[in-house]
Amino acid sequence: MEKQLSHINYQNPVINIVGLRKSFGDLHILRGVDLKLFEGENLVVLGRSGTGKSVLIKIVSGLLSADEGSVNVLGQEVGDLDEKALMSLRLRIGFSFQNSALYDSMTVRENLEFPLVRNKRSLTRTEIDREVHEVLDSVGLLQALNQMPSELSGGQRKRIGIARTLILRPDIMLYDEPTAGLDPITCTEINNLINEVQQIYKTSSIIITHDLTCAKEVGDRIVMLLDGKFERQGRFNDIFDSDDARVKAFYDYNFIA
Amino acid sequence: MISKKIDQKLIQLGDLHHFIMRFFKELFMPPYEFKEIINQCYEIGVKSLPLISLTGFITGIVFTNQSRPSLEDFGATAMLPSLIAIAIVRALAPLVTALIAAGKVGSNIGAELGSMKVTEQIDAMEVSGTNPFKFLVVSRVLATTVMIPILSCYTGFVGLMGSFLNVYQHESVSFISFFDQVFETVTFLDIFQAIIKAAFFGFTIGIVGCYQGYNSSKGTEGVGKAANAAVVASMFLIFIEEQLVVMIVQAIRG
Repeated sequence: MEKQLSHINYQNPVINIVGLRKSFGDLHILRGVDLKLFEGENLVVLGRSGTGKSVLIKIVSGLLSADEGSVNVLGQEVGDLDEKALMSLRLRIGFSFQNSALYDSMTVRENLEFPLVRNKRSLTRTEIDREVHEVLDSVGLLQALNQMPSELSGGQRKRIGIARTLILRPDIMLYDEPTAGLDPITCTEINNLINEVQQIYKTSSIIITHDLTCAKEVGDRIVMLLDGKFERQGRFNDIFDSDDARVKAFYDYNFIA
Repeated sequence: MISKKIDQKLIQLGDLHHFIMRFFKELFMPPYEFKEIINQCYEIGVKSLPLISLTGFITGIVFTNQSRPSLEDFGATAMLPSLIAIAIVRALAPLVTALIAAGKVGSNIGAELGSMKVTEQIDAMEVSGTNPFKFLVVSRVLATTVMIPILSCYTGFVGLMGSFLNVYQHESVSFISFFDQVFETVTFLDIFQAIIKAAFFGFTIGIVGCYQGYNSSKGTEGVGKAANAAVVASMFLIFIEEQLVVMIVQAIRG
């Protein structure tokens, strides 16, 4: 069953990308990408490995700079921001990394506290504890509070990674391959979590993946990155109702291979 | 081929210069990561104590043992405490401490930051509104710059204790007369130049380790290379600095 779209505000794009180009040496990764993410929407970006999906969200968060084009996030042009303004904007963007990127030397509690104590310095110890418990509870891992990242499974690490981004209550979530390397059951749990985050925290999200099950379960809209451009976009069934060999190969690989 | 390698080295030097300039820029800008600096001082200082103690103590004993025959030829074994004091305070304590720290601390910093880089932990810090350069680099470089001089003083003391035990065993010199002679020989300039030199060594170990780790790439292979390069480059620079300081101090002494 396809997701309802009534929660999306199509009058308010929170991310607006126009003519984005990015190259690494002679390798032209993004060749004029146009994209809008609307308020409350879960947008899935599909594409093969190495097509520039992760590069796209790294440009959105200011980790990489664009060669050409406009990247407007929450009304601000990312390329024009100074360091301080970029830091402020980043607090409104949650970034869930492919390998979770938990700080190895810190416990789960310290991982979650890290962004909080640095960005909300007026919080008391009790308030910090409450925030940590609340966000950990929302990803269903309260029992992991004092564990080290090395003691967690892949799925648990993903959940803690998402919790760490949620603790700053971002308006936008960027998920980089949220189900990569996980078993099918854990994948479903992560997909459900992404949908819960959308509902509970009212976030707008870009989900980078090549997992079609994930795309189907979490995507309100899907765009497909082919040869450095978004060639197709729409609901899941619209995307794959195509004779394009590149699209068919992608579908067949996921559901037949 | 050779010109390409020279080009790469020059580009790397330029990057290192930029990295050092960024360190000084970030050093004076708030917010200040006091907690992390203290944490790193503990990691670098306290956790290096066992190794430094052992090395300093053995250096004192060995150096005394090796110096004795030469002085015996001239009937000057009474000068042993003075000779040892000058050698340990001026050169051995800072140098031995720095070399040990380059191996232990420098490689640790290179590997830790390299691993954080390739597992995107540094990116994660950046997107969560924290300046990773300030948190990771400034704190570690400050900690090494502060702790290596302190560790050098400690190495000097332990080295002199080792030397005293050896002298006491062979020449039956008392503790008070040994250290009387030590303090009569060592001047303020000796101690001052040793501390300044150790601070430079500490800065070098910290900045080179951080630079190698912070700029590592190519996955786990890159982490190993970063740790290795941190040690090799630090040791090379430490010897150059040692030579420069000796030349400057000799010029001051006239």
